[in-house]
Amino acid sequence: MSHNTLLVFEVTILVLAIFLGIEVISKVPTLLHTPLMSGTNAIHGVVIVGAMIVLGQPDKSAFTWIVGFAAVVLASANVVGGFVVTDRMLEMFKSRERPRKPDDA
Amino acid sequence: MTYNLSNLLYLITIATFVLALRFLSNPAQARRGNQIGAAGMVLAIVVTWVKVGSTSWWAIAIAMLIGGAFGAVAARKVRMTAMPQMVALFNGVGGGAAALIALAELHRVLPLPGAPKVDISLGIVLSALIGSISFAGSMVAFAKLQELIGGRPITYTGQQFVNGALFVGGLGCAIALVAGVQVEWLLWITIAASLAFGVLFVLPIGGADMPVVISLLNAFTGLAVALGGFELQNNVLIVAGMLVGASGTLLTLMMARAMNRSVANVLFGAFGQVSESAAAVAAGDGGTVRSATAEDVAVMLAYAHKVVFVPGYGLAVAQAQHDVRQLADLLESKGVEVSYAIHPVAGRMPGHMNVLLAEANVPYPQLKEMDEANPEFSRTDVAVVVGANDVVNPDARNNQGSPIYGMPILNVDDSQTVVVLKRSMNPGFAGIENPLFYNPKTVMLFGDAKESITKLVADVKSL
Repeated sequence: MSHNTLLVFEVTILVLAIFLGIEVISKVPTLLHTPLMSGTNAIHGVVIVGAMIVLGQPDKSAFTWIVGFAAVVLASANVVGGFVVTDRMLEMFKSRERPRKPDDA
Repeated sequence: MTYNLSNLLYLITIATFVLALRFLSNPAQARRGNQIGAAGMVLAIVVTWVKVGSTSWWAIAIAMLIGGAFGAVAARKVRMTAMPQMVALFNGVGGGAAALIALAELHRVLPLPGAPKVDISLGIVLSALIGSISFAGSMVAFAKLQELIGGRPITYTGQQFVNGALFVGGLGCAIALVAGVQVEWLLWITIAASLAFGVLFVLPIGGADMPVVISLLNAFTGLAVALGGFELQNNVLIVAGMLVGASGTLLTLMMARAMNRSVANVLFGAFGQVSESAAAVAAGDGGTVRSATAEDVAVMLAYAHKVVFVPGYGLAVAQAQHDVRQLADLLESKGVEVSYAIHPVAGRMPGHMNVLLAEANVPYPQLKEMDEANPEFSRTDVAVVVGANDVVNPDARNNQGSPIYGMPILNVDDSQTVVVLKRSMNPGFAGIENPLFYNPKTVMLFGDAKESITKLVADVKSL
């Protein structure tokens, strides 16, 4: 596939992702805006894929070594921290309905 | 692993991310969604691991252990009240990673024969630029929220000019690189200028505007990651990054709308530096403040039909969410109708108060959004304002001279009585005087919110 064909595909999915993002997010209630922030925070931790590709290059210079290593460290903190924090928050939203007191009925 | 196979597997990851966000529309499913997203992330990491092969696998493993351990410990230890700064921190490191990747990629492609393709170099310079701004900005936001530096806006003359010069300088070097000047240090200048810009652009923004800033920085990191996808020609980075970019942008706009201000005004207005003189004048002719004892307030609450709690950042600072819940339960057992009125920008990040109250197990049907809460105040006996200030300031409705004029507020002054729990008469974060405190309907209960509420619980019990 030529470089330009690939680029057109990439731009296409980029634009579709914008609309998908707006569509999905606009359904999230204000109640969950903080978990939404920290959840999307975890999702951009996918930058770890790029960091791994950089550090995993064969025959790299010492410079790439150091920069790639630092990138993987930062990205892993982003991924793990993001998902754990979100999980902690959402856990609290889970067991919601308080058992009704008998005299409430 | 072949290119096609890895891309198909990445597609599964993308689907899990979309599902994770989709599940967030329902509080009962949201946690499941997050777990699905995490599983998708693990898949992407495994696929990349196999793709990269044996090269430096141990270095990758060590780096992941260091970063992962830090992330896990920090995320486990943090108190719910410190959530905004944690979100800022994790957001910043993501942006930093994107900038570092750009740096390494430029280093790799420059010596290759022929100039790098324009889309690749554009991806490199923009993700370096935006990623660095996001990294530096998030670190300053973290420092402000953690109170390592003052939360008040920091301003000096020529600030806009310095910021503008830094931004234009960074952008100029970036453009030169894309235009074909093959000099690596141009990117270093871009990164340095963007880092400085990131610091200087968040410094003047006051604490009360943090929900807007944090959402915006979140969008920036997403965008930097998506651009990183262009430089590495990687679909999962493009889609996931852009999902975050779109969501962060939307959230930023929603927060700014909730304050009835433009995003530009929030970012560049250095809002809240008005304070001293204006506040002093207003205080002079403001009338008298009535202060009450906990016993008085306890009686008011216990004999009310309907009580509405209005939480603000002060609730988070005092960590009083559990005590408020306890007081609410006690009142409910006495037959009082209790609810909570939540302003969209109360606290330091979008939805901050909802998370705090959820931590204290407040049932979420009791949490009322502004549109739902406002009509209720006229039939409310007592509105209890716990550590909120600007979001209940009637000047936003009545006083055209007020910096927050036009911001939709919670109309607590429609209720029979307003009880304001406050440390002292100091103006809030934005440094704006609040006439609510001088309203004849208002009584002030001075002191630490947690202590005051503990006292109220004891007094209501003894009635």
